[in-house]
Amino acid sequence: MKFPKARPASPATRALQVVPPSGPTAWLTTFTAGAMTFLCVFALALSLASGRLADRWSQALAKTATIRLSAPIEQVQVQTDAILSVLATTPGIASFRAIDDAETRLLLEPWFGPDLPVEALPIPRLFEVVEGADAYDSEGLRQRLAAEAPGAVLDDHTRWRRPLAEAAERLRLLGALSIALIGAAMAAMITLAARAALATNAEAIRVLRLVGAKDSYIARAFVRRFTLRTLAGAAVGAAAGMAGVAVLPAADAAGGFLTGLGFSGSGWLWPLALPPLAAVVAFLATRRAAFQKLREMT
Amino acid sequence: MIAFENVAYSYGGGDLLADVSLRLAPGSFHFLTGPSGSGKSTFLKLAYAELLPTSGSVTLFDRDVKTLSRDDVARTRRRIGIVHQDCKFLDHMSLAANMALPFTVSDRESDPQDMDDLLGWVGLKHLADALPPQLSGGERQRAALARAVIVDPDVILADEPTGNVDWEMSLRILTLLVELNKMGKTILVATHDLNLIRQAKAQIQARVLRIAKHRVQLAGADL
Repeated sequence: MKFPKARPASPATRALQVVPPSGPTAWLTTFTAGAMTFLCVFALALSLASGRLADRWSQALAKTATIRLSAPIEQVQVQTDAILSVLATTPGIASFRAIDDAETRLLLEPWFGPDLPVEALPIPRLFEVVEGADAYDSEGLRQRLAAEAPGAVLDDHTRWRRPLAEAAERLRLLGALSIALIGAAMAAMITLAARAALATNAEAIRVLRLVGAKDSYIARAFVRRFTLRTLAGAAVGAAAGMAGVAVLPAADAAGGFLTGLGFSGSGWLWPLALPPLAAVVAFLATRRAAFQKLREMT
Repeated sequence: MIAFENVAYSYGGGDLLADVSLRLAPGSFHFLTGPSGSGKSTFLKLAYAELLPTSGSVTLFDRDVKTLSRDDVARTRRRIGIVHQDCKFLDHMSLAANMALPFTVSDRESDPQDMDDLLGWVGLKHLADALPPQLSGGERQRAALARAVIVDPDVILADEPTGNVDWEMSLRILTLLVELNKMGKTILVATHDLNLIRQAKAQIQARVLRIAKHRVQLAGADL
């Protein structure tokens, strides 16, 4: 009788076979991965949308500024001329204009009705300033206005912009935190499932150790299984989530905050990254659980 | 090959084995005997690093088992064929796949011709595709022996290999072990079957180790 001689082989599939087929609970891993990824798509959409919102608010408000002139009646025309000449000589301003009475009436109409006698009221005059490509020095402008037209107040909207941008920024942070929590919860769930699978197969693992299997070999079988399961579940979850976001009714300007919820352009690539990311999480979680569990055996 | 030096092992409630010193020389054939619960299985487990000695040192292939990493233990076991009393198969895989397991787990492939020869040697060719639970006790024991020798180990450790089989089958298994010993393998068989030991002594130069009062002693020719 001869003893068999060893021959190298591609062992990937056989490594899977040495662990007994999983029971009916195997689909739970796939399901959970799918559900988690589905939720993650929305957290991602929220995060990206609030990011865009923050940018948009900051930009739109940063581009324009308002100058308010409150002066005694006889001073108004003098100071208006002064303001216009100051603006004309300030670098970094793309355009500026005085808002006339008709437009002022239009602005106030929602509050005071259409018949408001604007001329008779001490309503401040407004000037709209649009920033050029190079930002103007708002502090310098403020000082020059104070010197030339004491009744003028420059409002560059920082007061409005900051809390809005902060709120959007916070929202984006919450979205990111949700994604991290979903990832951690998925890792925890997969760890539990993997540990259960390892415990169920303790006898098979003992046999494998007896015939000289290394920990890495035994772990490989479990890691592959859980990684593939998670990948499949996450792919379905991501697809469903993306479909869900895609069919969200497109809210117009009236939607306000909701306007931007969804992905735009290259943003659609982000949810595509979720299934591989979920697989990586599953890989690391199972691997860690397997080596921990194996160290308890001889 | 396998050496014990002042080895003691205790499960917590006093020593099960104490003051054990012996060497298994290459090519030797040893029986290990003693009453049930005297520590035969424990002795074997110490010899394949399933258990670590409480004190003293066990040396496998010139390396102290306490210095072996888990991967070293795995590599060492590829040089030791182990036949368990309860065989230990993977029940979802065919007999042939179970026999090839030592190759599979070391990412190697067994030669189909050699596998065929080995199945013929243990008389299980017709059962290659059967699942382990479908086999009889004797068939399982022979399959376990075939699996133990498939990677051409230097040492074969057998724990009650004839424990669950009739006398005729015991003799067949003994014959296989004797053949392996004649090919140069070091053999250690734990058994409480004295008839089996007598039968072996008629065929081969076998030594008998007896566990009594926690000590392992070389028995005389008084069997």
